[in-house]
Amino acid sequence: MRLEVRHISKRFPPVQALDDVSLEFPAGSVTALLGENGAGKSTLVRIINGEHPPDTGRVLLDGQPLALHSPADARRAGIRVIPQEPEIVPYVSVAENVYIGALSRRFGRVFDRAGLRRRVGEDLARLGFSRILDPDTPGRDLTAAQRQLVEIMRALTTKASTVIAFDEPTSSLSEQEVEALFDLIRRLRADGLAIIYVSHRLGEIFRIADRVAVLRDGSLVGVAPAAETDEARVVRMMVGRDLSAMFVGGSRRPHVAGERVVLSVSGLTTDAVTGVSLEVRAGEVVALAGLVGAGRSELCRALAGDLPIRSGTIAIDGVVTRIRHPWEAIDAGIAYAPEERKAQALLLSRTVRDNIVISVLDRLRRFRFVRGAAEREVAAGYVERLRIRTPSIEHEVRKLSGGNQQKVVLARWLARRPKVLILDEPTRGIDVGAKAEIYQIIADLAQSGIAILVVSSELPEVLGLADRVVVMRGGRVAGSLDRGSATEEAILELALSGGNT
Amino acid sequence: MTLLRRIGAQNLSLLGALVAVLALFGYLNPDYLSWSNVRVIGNTVTMAGLLAVAQTAVIICGGIDISVGSQVGLAAIVGAMTFAKTGDGLANGSAVAAIVVAIAVGAGCGLLNGAIIVYGRVNAIIATLAMLAAYKGIAQLISGGQAVGYLQGDDLFIFIVRGSVIGISTMVWIMLVIALAIHVLLKMTDIGRNIYALGGNATAARLAGININKYLLAVYAMVGVVAAITGIILAARSGSAHPTAGSEGLELKAITAAFLGGCAIAGGRGGIGGTLLAVLLLGALENGLTVEGVNPFWQNVAQGALLVAAVVIQQRRTGDRPVGLPA
Repeated sequence: MRLEVRHISKRFPPVQALDDVSLEFPAGSVTALLGENGAGKSTLVRIINGEHPPDTGRVLLDGQPLALHSPADARRAGIRVIPQEPEIVPYVSVAENVYIGALSRRFGRVFDRAGLRRRVGEDLARLGFSRILDPDTPGRDLTAAQRQLVEIMRALTTKASTVIAFDEPTSSLSEQEVEALFDLIRRLRADGLAIIYVSHRLGEIFRIADRVAVLRDGSLVGVAPAAETDEARVVRMMVGRDLSAMFVGGSRRPHVAGERVVLSVSGLTTDAVTGVSLEVRAGEVVALAGLVGAGRSELCRALAGDLPIRSGTIAIDGVVTRIRHPWEAIDAGIAYAPEERKAQALLLSRTVRDNIVISVLDRLRRFRFVRGAAEREVAAGYVERLRIRTPSIEHEVRKLSGGNQQKVVLARWLARRPKVLILDEPTRGIDVGAKAEIYQIIADLAQSGIAILVVSSELPEVLGLADRVVVMRGGRVAGSLDRGSATEEAILELALSGGNT
Repeated sequence: MTLLRRIGAQNLSLLGALVAVLALFGYLNPDYLSWSNVRVIGNTVTMAGLLAVAQTAVIICGGIDISVGSQVGLAAIVGAMTFAKTGDGLANGSAVAAIVVAIAVGAGCGLLNGAIIVYGRVNAIIATLAMLAAYKGIAQLISGGQAVGYLQGDDLFIFIVRGSVIGISTMVWIMLVIALAIHVLLKMTDIGRNIYALGGNATAARLAGININKYLLAVYAMVGVVAAITGIILAARSGSAHPTAGSEGLELKAITAAFLGGCAIAGGRGGIGGTLLAVLLLGALENGLTVEGVNPFWQNVAQGALLVAAVVIQQRRTGDRPVGLPA
């Protein structure tokens, strides 16, 4: 079995999403699909999945052209796309989730629970998931990795799939879960399936992929065996330029932290963090490092008034401030860009302008009327300053790329002129080019004297940005490393085993 | 082009449907488009129109208020009782006192709805479904299930229901003024912008510093006030207040109009213009069917069909996938 796309073009006016792309996905091989956001990876996967018809070009399986009008057609042809967040029915078991839609065909109209359990048990044993997945677990209790496994089981049991595409599969997985997934992918490859693997994470691409295909601006830039290329070369292909200057941080960012302490937290305790004390000075970038679940996001949310504080004090510019609600944090000069951009920060169906000025409407109004000219000026000013790529300030935010959406969130808070800026995973899911721009923005803000607290799970980012790294573990501060002593090893050691500096 | 965009595709199609309805019935019956019949249509849609514009604000917040009809009845009953008590026990009381008390009762009902939804963390549909029954029950209890008061002799009430200013009925004016006020509130003030934000993404709105509880309470209270005003007009029109006058289809017509006018059930989308057009469309259709002597039961069918058609068209246009199951 071999999947092939030939001369595929697709236009979403005014964007040429794919431009004459021809690519093969051979059986028994993992082909990684790389590219910045907006390069056309997702569009290509959607075309293979039958979600979009191509404007021109064809999808062929073993040389036979396929007529794909819906994901159901793709599935019938043996093509399965595993989405990042598979649809799982929360109140039924894993077994029923796997055979969803195929229950009655086998058991008549009477639901045979025991038979289904036995069958799923056998499937789990055959695929080697018996220890990871219990057929009786209800859907709502599954972890992100288990949800993907359920989707993969669907692909391998109900219809015999021959092509499986993974769309950013590891973005919500833990390290062990990634390992389990990679084991599975290797086994599927050994079974002769054609695997398509879409990801931003270069590191893992080189661990799993046999071939690397790079898209840029809708065109195929190149295909190479993974063994014959390397990260630097792939990055160059993705962005069309050298990104060695990506980190404004490192030793090149001037150390601008003053002596004035802007944010001072002492003994802060919430339901998730215990006795946290830390200081951020004007112009200083402090990174919060640690494992997922170490309490970093919860600390930020408490500082932003989103989670209740049990004890401890927060002082802004030396003034002890009570923060019980988000608006109290904002009034105190704290701005917070949450982890989940779309779910927690953006009004997706509203305009760029609406999304930016929401934080400053109280300053833009005369009596209670919002001054239209003033808000357009603010929005347009930040669109230009942060180089937000949008056709106009009246464009819906949902139509922007992830990087530009994140810039809109930053613009919202910059418009407020905060004293403290808290950024939770500011570059998650953002392509490399936009990442570099966000780093530059953060550096500029520090330069202007804002105290910045950044949560990041990417160690190179932590090291590149931070003047000081505060490492958390189990809801407590495990230690603090200044720029000179912060290395990936030192951070990991604190995050895993604790200790003092 | 910009004008067309400002009106919006939703409103344009409503306008088109309205013109079609007017043209059809105008063709079938020349009297249909006479000024007197247009005034009849205007007067009939006033009550549903008032409730619909208030409903629009709640739905934009991401909520809904099914209990408006019962609030209409309760506020009207208490208002009429105040009128009777301040007079000779039946009539000739203080219309102003009646109106003030009715509005206070409406605001109280709305605040209670809001409090149950905000502090009790109850889903808006369930909370207001419960209060639909409760308010109706209270109104029936205090009135003994009877019509209350004799409002026909009072000059103020007569002016509200029969008077007119520059050719348009006073009550239509009341509706238009309230609709305009809510429109300005929604579109031009920071309050309105925060209401849209709250309905679009409550978490984001909260983290952006909006006190969402305060907004929800205020919007539900506003609905109560508008319901009370509707109750007074309704009572003044029929001469006395009846406990279930507002809960016999009026609230459903208001909700229908809001959705027909382009509100999204999830919140964050919609506007007063669309709602008013939808109210007019429903009123024109109903009146036309009546004028043509169509069995009134068919009017309900027509109203339902119109709503389904409108939502189907809306879904098609936005391209939202109706269901996203894996199969």
